[in-house]
Amino acid sequence: MRAMLIRDLRLAFRAGGGFGLGLAFFLILVVLVPFSVGPQGELLASIAPGVLWLGALLACLLSLDRLLALDFEDGTLDVLATAPLPLEAALAMKSLAHWITTGLPLVLAAPFLGILLNLPTQGFSWLVISLLLGTPALSMIGTFGAALTVGIKRGGLLMSLLVLPLYVPTLIFGAEAARRGVVGMDVQTPLFLLAGISLGAIALLPFAAAAALRMTIR
Amino acid sequence: MELRLTNVAVARGGVPVLSGVSFTLAAGKALILRGPNGSGKTTLLRTIAGLQPPLSGQIDGAEDAVAYAGHADGLKAMLSVAENLKFWAAIYGRRDIGPALDAYALAPLAERLTGTLSAGQKRRAGLARLMVTGRPIWILDEPTVSLDVDAVEMFAKAVQTHLAAGGMALLATHIDLGLAQAQVLDVTPLRAAPSDMHGASDEAFL
Repeated sequence: MRAMLIRDLRLAFRAGGGFGLGLAFFLILVVLVPFSVGPQGELLASIAPGVLWLGALLACLLSLDRLLALDFEDGTLDVLATAPLPLEAALAMKSLAHWITTGLPLVLAAPFLGILLNLPTQGFSWLVISLLLGTPALSMIGTFGAALTVGIKRGGLLMSLLVLPLYVPTLIFGAEAARRGVVGMDVQTPLFLLAGISLGAIALLPFAAAAALRMTIR
Repeated sequence: MELRLTNVAVARGGVPVLSGVSFTLAAGKALILRGPNGSGKTTLLRTIAGLQPPLSGQIDGAEDAVAYAGHADGLKAMLSVAENLKFWAAIYGRRDIGPALDAYALAPLAERLTGTLSAGQKRRAGLARLMVTGRPIWILDEPTVSLDVDAVEMFAKAVQTHLAAGGMALLATHIDLGLAQAQVLDVTPLRAAPSDMHGASDEAFL
């Protein structure tokens, strides 16, 4: 399992690995929002949690296309399916690698981008906590979507359509937790629900993704 | 330790291609599948490897024993040859990649990125992957594609060493590898009749 994780991380950081793609997209989106909305500090502050969460979600979605497609093309998935390492574990590791290379940089970059959106200072920690709790679910749900569509040429569109509705609960509770943190309300309920979604996704979706993958590679 | 197929039928894309495949492969033996393009050799090999279920029939002895090498090598272009082999060795719970590098004369290429190798060199690295798995049954689909004469010899030697150590090999190939003791199975007469269509659809989303 560790070998799988190390290999995926190494590949992501090598040339053409796609590390930074999501981060760059996130950066561009959030930098451009103040220009398009205009210099109204209060308005920006009130939409900041939502924009940051939406940006993180779309940045995650952007890199899902490559998550399994490359391994499918070069025959790695065929070999993995016949290897002693359970496919469930391999996919869980791939999704962890995706989170480390895509989700974690977004979490770390979010507070700095919050400054651009005039995010009130008391909201920073809640924004980071909500992203930290929510982005693993985005990676895991995305792995499931990628496993469903991996056999299809240019399956990115179909995958986005399949994954987006599954992303909605994470987005709602994540952005709500960040917003409540900003205005100083109680954040416990949305944070608990968000953590519940993430834990549920991590517990169940590796099995669903492996089942879907066995179907698509045969 | 033997691989036994009993009256196996296989389908590709919902269409049955072979039926009534039966053979037994004992330890130390090789079986070569022959047949024209599209006769179902690849489908049969993928079924034995467990990548798809058979339409009917019984496959014994293959589970957790096969190392599969298909048309694609399963190597990452942006990793070096050694990194690729070490990864696969780790997946199969092993470490030593030295014998595999030696058998295919890959030691000088070990630190090169796989993406910069020629097609034949890449194929050699892909075949070396089988040696690091430590699995007894090798399933090889057109293993000699893009190999030169020397590399084919290396491959034949590697297979013979594997057989001598009690392994088994299942090959779909068109060229003669000089494996004296290999059985040959011509799949052409086993072509599935249209009457075998019943229950053939394996499409999940049909």
